[in-house]
Order: sequence, then C-alpha cells, then structure tokens
Amino acid sequence: MKPVNQKAWFLILPVLVCVAFSAIIPLMTVVNYSVQDIISPERRVFVGTEWFASVMRDPDLHEALWRQIVFSFSVLACEIPLGILLALSMPAEGWRASITLVVVALSLLIPWNVVGTIWQIYGRADIGLMGATLQLMNIDYNYTGNATDAWLTVLLMDIWHWTPLVALLCFAGLRSIPDAYYQAAQIDGASKLDVFRFIQLPKMRGVLIIAVLLRFMDSFMIYTEPFVLTGGGPGNATTFLSQYLTQKAVGQFDLGPAAAFSLIYFLIILLLCFILYNWMQQVGTQAKEQIHG
Amino acid sequence: MDEHRFKKRTIFLWFYIVFALLPIYWMLNMSLRTNEEILSTFSLFPKHLTFANYMTIFTDVSWYSGYINSLIYVAINTAISVLVALPAAYAFSRFSFLGDKHVFFWLLTNRMTPPAVFLLPFFQLYTTVGLMDTHIAVALSHLLFNVPLAVWILEGFMSGIPREIDETAYIDGYSFPRFFITIFMPLIKAGVGVTAFFCFMFSWVELLLARTLTSVNAKPIVATMTRTVSASGMDWATLAAAGVLTIVPGAIVIWFVRHYIAKGFAMGRV
Repeated sequence: MKPVNQKAWFLILPVLVCVAFSAIIPLMTVVNYSVQDIISPERRVFVGTEWFASVMRDPDLHEALWRQIVFSFSVLACEIPLGILLALSMPAEGWRASITLVVVALSLLIPWNVVGTIWQIYGRADIGLMGATLQLMNIDYNYTGNATDAWLTVLLMDIWHWTPLVALLCFAGLRSIPDAYYQAAQIDGASKLDVFRFIQLPKMRGVLIIAVLLRFMDSFMIYTEPFVLTGGGPGNATTFLSQYLTQKAVGQFDLGPAAAFSLIYFLIILLLCFILYNWMQQVGTQAKEQIHG
Repeated sequence: MDEHRFKKRTIFLWFYIVFALLPIYWMLNMSLRTNEEILSTFSLFPKHLTFANYMTIFTDVSWYSGYINSLIYVAINTAISVLVALPAAYAFSRFSFLGDKHVFFWLLTNRMTPPAVFLLPFFQLYTTVGLMDTHIAVALSHLLFNVPLAVWILEGFMSGIPREIDETAYIDGYSFPRFFITIFMPLIKAGVGVTAFFCFMFSWVELLLARTLTSVNAKPIVATMTRTVSASGMDWATLAAAGVLTIVPGAIVIWFVRHYIAKGFAMGRV
C-alpha cells in the first residue's frame, strides 16, 4: 500500500492551478447557458431543465449517439490489438528502431483537417490511389455515395491516423521492462505467449489504460476528419455526435439547447470512461492476484 | 520456432509501414503537382514536377509565420505541461492522500468536453484577461488537455519503478529534489520522452481553440490552412504542400526523443 502523506497535495498544486484556470470558468459558463433561453445578448429567460428534457427526447440525437457508440467501440476493437501487435513487432534498438519510430509517428503529426482532405482525394476512384486500386480489383467502392463505404473509410482513416498513438505508448511501456524479467522467463522455459501474458501485458497495463481511454474519448468527440471527408453523409451515415452538436450550435444559433446537449454529451463520455477505467483496473488486479496466488 | 515467429512479425511490420506511408506519399505526390493535374489525371508520379506550391508557402509571410507562431506556443505548452506534471505524477504514484483518486480522474475529465459550445466561453475568458491573439493564450488553453495527459502517462511510468529505489535513496541521505533529478528522472526518461512528444503533437494539430483565440499576431499554421478552401474551389496542391511541411517539426522532435523512448529502463541503470 502507498503511504499516506497529505503534503503530496503541494506537489499537485501547480497542475490544479494550470488546469482549473481553463476548465472551471468555461464549464460554469456552459452550465449557465444551458438553463437559459438566450433570445439576444440582453434578453435571457431562465427555463430550468427544459432544454435538457427536450434534448434527451430528440430522436436524431439517439440515432447519432448509437452511431457514435458503435463507431468508438469499433475503433477500440481495431486499434488496441493492432497497436499492441505493432509495438511488439517494432525493432528494439539500433537505427532500425529510430527509423521505425519516426515513420510510425508521422500520421499523428498531420493536422486533422489535412488528414480529411488527403483521404478525400486518396479514396477517389478516378484520381486517388486507394480508390483507383480498389477499382482495379473490381470492387465497387464509392465513399461519397455508399453509406457502408463511407463508414468504413472513416474507420480506416481513424485506424491509419491513431493506431500509432497506441503503438508508441505500448512500445515505450515494453522498453521499460528490465531484461532480468526476460532472463527469468527463459530459465523457466516460458513460451512467447507466456512471456506476453505474464510479463509484457501486466507491465503494459498502465500505458494500455491510458491508450484505451484516450482513444475512446477522442474517437467519441471525432469531428474534423469525417466533417472534411464526408460532411456527415451520405445521408446521416457518418454524422457522429459532435457534428450533430455543431450543426445545432453553429447552424441554428441555439445556444441554450446546444449547451444542454454539450453537458449531456460530456456526462455520457464521463460515464463510459469511468466504467471502462474501473473495469480495466479490476481486470488488472485480478490478473495480479492470479499470478501471485 | 523463434526464427519463424520473428519473420512473421517483420512481415507484419513492413505491411503496416506501407499502409502508413501510402496516404503520406499521396500527399507528397499532390504537393508536387498543379491543381489541374491533381484533379484531371491519375498518376503515381508527378508528370510535371513543380515546386511552386512550396514557393508560395516560403515566400508569403502570412504562410510561413503560421509555422513560427505554432512552434512558439507549442514549445511553451510542452515545457509547462511536462514541468508541472512531473511532481504531480510522482505524488499520485507514490502517496495516498485525501481525494487522490478523485482528483486523478477529474484531471482526465478535462479532455472530455466537446469543443463546439465551449469555444465561446474560452473567447470571453481570454478577452477578459487581455490575452487574446497572443501565443501565451493558446499555450495556456492547450494546458487543459495536455497537462492531464502528461500526468497520466508519467504516472503510468513512475508506478512501474519499484518504490524500494526511493526508500534506498532517502536512507542514503538524498534530499527529495536531488533524488528526483539525479536518480528518478533518468529512470523515467522513456516516459518523459513519450510525454513530451504527445504534448507537442496534440498542441501542434489542435485547430478549434487555436483558431478561436488568435487573429493575426499568433495565427497558427492549422488556421492558415483553412483558407485554402475558398469560393473559387479547393487549393489542393498548396494544402498538400503545407501538410507535408507540418510533419517536419514533429518528425524532428521524435528524432530527438527517440533514444529516451527506445532505451527506457536499461539506460537509467547504467
């Protein structure tokens, strides 16, 4: 168990000051908007929880929410195993390791609006590499007209864009395992799978929790890339929550309902992350007991 | 058996690298062509190689100042994020104190606010304190999502270091600051490298806050790029060239921190 030491609060004080400055005031302002009907900057009426009730009954929102949940869990299901596998495959040292690190990280460094634009051309059957290749293979692919193609393209783009984040975190986690652990495993005659199951995975737990939570919350708020690539279409196939929210906030100038929507949105992410976090903590502790017991 | 497995992994790695590089190659390909060529013909190589798109960026002050502005606020942000996160992550990984778990999770909740509606209060807040259109404003606002990330990543790495190391050092008469800098920091170099890179990356590509809080003096490159979308159509070629150039600073950063990521624990013990 960790020793109790209340003085540790002084160590986290700088962080609290930095974050609270940009966190609490904007959040309170949004809470303030969400309970008012803002007709003009001078005329505001207190409406209580009316916006919350109407937002929660909105059928379009329910649809966007389901689409969002399916998308986010698909992202996790693809990117986490792929990222772990990639981290295990990357060379550990030497110039090969350096080159691989840089190449793998490249896609993270492209601004999100450019990512969408590149894939917009990349996926086109007439002038884009991926679209043209699929055409050559006689696959009928059209991300602007076909809802499934559009959804898959957004998913593929997200995998391309964000798997490196998972991979880099896992790679750094793997590199911090002392050699002694591997030597001990070798003496015990452990197979590769055993090494992964009992040494690498438990040691990566910390970074994996971060990777899962980050990918979950960021994919839940995905906006720029699908907006540029498909504009939410065809139909509503790729209109995820934040795009629906932006349509409401910017398109219709309804600050009150949009603020209420934002807060509900925030609470949904918070709840799901909380469940994920506790679940992963529990799984980790159980595994630890299994190993020691 | 081992040899066989190793080969499978190498093949997977090559497969992934090709998958990762193809869209980037396509961007490079686009940046070396004219808009007419991009939209009219499919070709694996630029037929009429042109550097005009890059020249536009290097000769127009409103383009290249975007890169300088972005670099300034990203550097400020990364430095502050890592510096304030180090002691906090140490506190979370080593001690238990009143409300520690709640504060730890609360930190992360700051990354969960959907930006669309939160932009207006940000604008009002930074106008009130008189920081609009400065690099500091963007750097401070990006702390909101980078500091929690830095604390979480560093905490993960610090928890992997056995607590006996701290205790031995204190018994040997090390003071906390001296222990932290001379013994503990080298042990978590990998974590600091990864953290610095992620802070750099998230601040570098963030568009909405950076665009809202700046107008001229601190306008970042990501905001400058949005003007390639105009009434006369998309300027694909210039956007692709600007995209290629946005990769460069980050690639340099990761080149510098690569040793910290790749060597990790082993290096700390030497």
